[in-house]
Amino acid sequence: MSDATIAKPARFRPATEESPATRWALIAVSFAGLAILVLAPLIAVFVEALADGIAASLKSLTSPDARGAIRLTLTIAAISVPLNAIFGIAAAWFITKFDFRGKAFLITLIDLPFSVSPVVAGLCIVLMFGANSAIGGWLVAQGYPIVFAMPGIILATMFVTFPFVARELIPVMIEQGRAEEEAALTLGASGWRTFRTVTLPNIRWALLYGVLLCNARAMGEFGAVAVVSGKIRGQTATMPITIEMLYQEYLSVAAFSLAGVLALLALVTLLLKTALEIRHADQLAATHRH
Amino acid sequence: MGRPLIHRSPMPGLGLSLGITLTMLSLVVLLPIGALLLKGANYGLAGIWETVNRERVWAALFLSFRLSLLAALFNLVFGVVLAWVLVRYRFPGRRILDAVVDLPFALPTAVAGIALTALYAPNGLFGQLAAGIGWKIAYTQWGIFIALVFVGLPFVTRTVQPVVEEIEREVEEASATLGASRLHTIRHVILPMLTPAALTGFALALARAVGEYGSVIFIAGNIPLVTEIAPLLIVIQLEEFNYDAAAAIGIAMLLISFAMLLVINLIQVWSRRRIGYV
Repeated sequence: MSDATIAKPARFRPATEESPATRWALIAVSFAGLAILVLAPLIAVFVEALADGIAASLKSLTSPDARGAIRLTLTIAAISVPLNAIFGIAAAWFITKFDFRGKAFLITLIDLPFSVSPVVAGLCIVLMFGANSAIGGWLVAQGYPIVFAMPGIILATMFVTFPFVARELIPVMIEQGRAEEEAALTLGASGWRTFRTVTLPNIRWALLYGVLLCNARAMGEFGAVAVVSGKIRGQTATMPITIEMLYQEYLSVAAFSLAGVLALLALVTLLLKTALEIRHADQLAATHRH
Repeated sequence: MGRPLIHRSPMPGLGLSLGITLTMLSLVVLLPIGALLLKGANYGLAGIWETVNRERVWAALFLSFRLSLLAALFNLVFGVVLAWVLVRYRFPGRRILDAVVDLPFALPTAVAGIALTALYAPNGLFGQLAAGIGWKIAYTQWGIFIALVFVGLPFVTRTVQPVVEEIEREVEEASATLGASRLHTIRHVILPMLTPAALTGFALALARAVGEYGSVIFIAGNIPLVTEIAPLLIVIQLEEFNYDAAAAIGIAMLLISFAMLLVINLIQVWSRRRIGYV
């Protein structure tokens, strides 16, 4: 091997690599494709939002409709995301800490919302809880309408984001096994204490990752919410619904300004997600397959 | 078989975790889907068929599934290239490129919808360029295709990436030593290894595209028979309080998607068996 320095061809290429020309062509295609398909729309949001200057943009965001929409979206995320996190933890605990028949079937059922169109999800909730249904009719008579009101929007949001946390936790908790929890229990810790001091620290980054994705989708959900919301200004118009209404009224700057707020949220989500993937790769399901 | 339903376990929290899981799953997902199926059952197969068997509904279903298939195929090819580039090559900006792939997951669909429309409308940046060569994108089926490519873009890349990372160089070296050209190695050694994961990503992108609503309706123009997608038809029926028809179209969509996913699953099983990869 000592003669490796001699007579090394100027353009030596290992047999397991593509030629430099191919390589650079593929890299160029990747950059161009993502720039046109993904980055251009993102930039367009901000360009359109600032078309009349930043003052006009900010002014539209402080209108009562926009403020109401932001408040409603935050409220809905603040209710549906924690509920889905509780479900995700409970489901992951049940699935990974116990052995039972039909486990694969249960996981399939939890994943079901990913293969159902958001519009069909909204339709399901209208059929179940709408004023025409048995349950919905009774609830309306009691003064608790679900559809065209906040509970329906929360249910629709929970439906489309249902698998996010469970899906992230299950692979991580399978990998960690049960030995640590069993040790804690043998040493006399209560069930809660075992969960809080043994399980939770092991899954906290995966939990945060799942909650992050769940939140991004919850705040941005459009299809399912459009069906159940009734689009009442100031009452059931979330941020995405308000964006649609403003856009249909040709209030482009107002629509894109509100869209810009959601786009910023998406960027922050991506940033935090990437940071988690770099820092805690070993404790995440998404990055743990290699 | 005499096997207990749930094995005895020293782990605490069985009742609580089981209770929360089943209650929330039923309330949020199963009962609503059950309500849809019940509505369909009451309406009857004949009723569903009568609703679906109209020119406008067929056109919408055909359009949704055809364009979703085309968009997922585009994403299949581009996604595999992207996964390969991101894992195998080192170049400046690789990490940013990797993060950008997830943007369609993070960006709300309504935001993507109006942004794509602004770009591809006749007075938009790309729309003007296309108009120069007489190509109309927004408010045609091309616009729907572009929106569906956008929402499905990350799936194939994200499923294929971990598999590319696991490929052992020795396999490629063996292939090269035996005299295979690089192209031959890629076609007959590498691509078969990527196929199952790529198909998973393809199925996810397809399922997503078929049901997509928010990013499509702004750019589609929504002309009946031409650019009207199936989910929009459901929304229109609901706005007219035509619940039976909405349920019928919803059930038809569910059935067609499940049939397509089943076919993809079978292809996947077959391709795994063919290369002996579990």
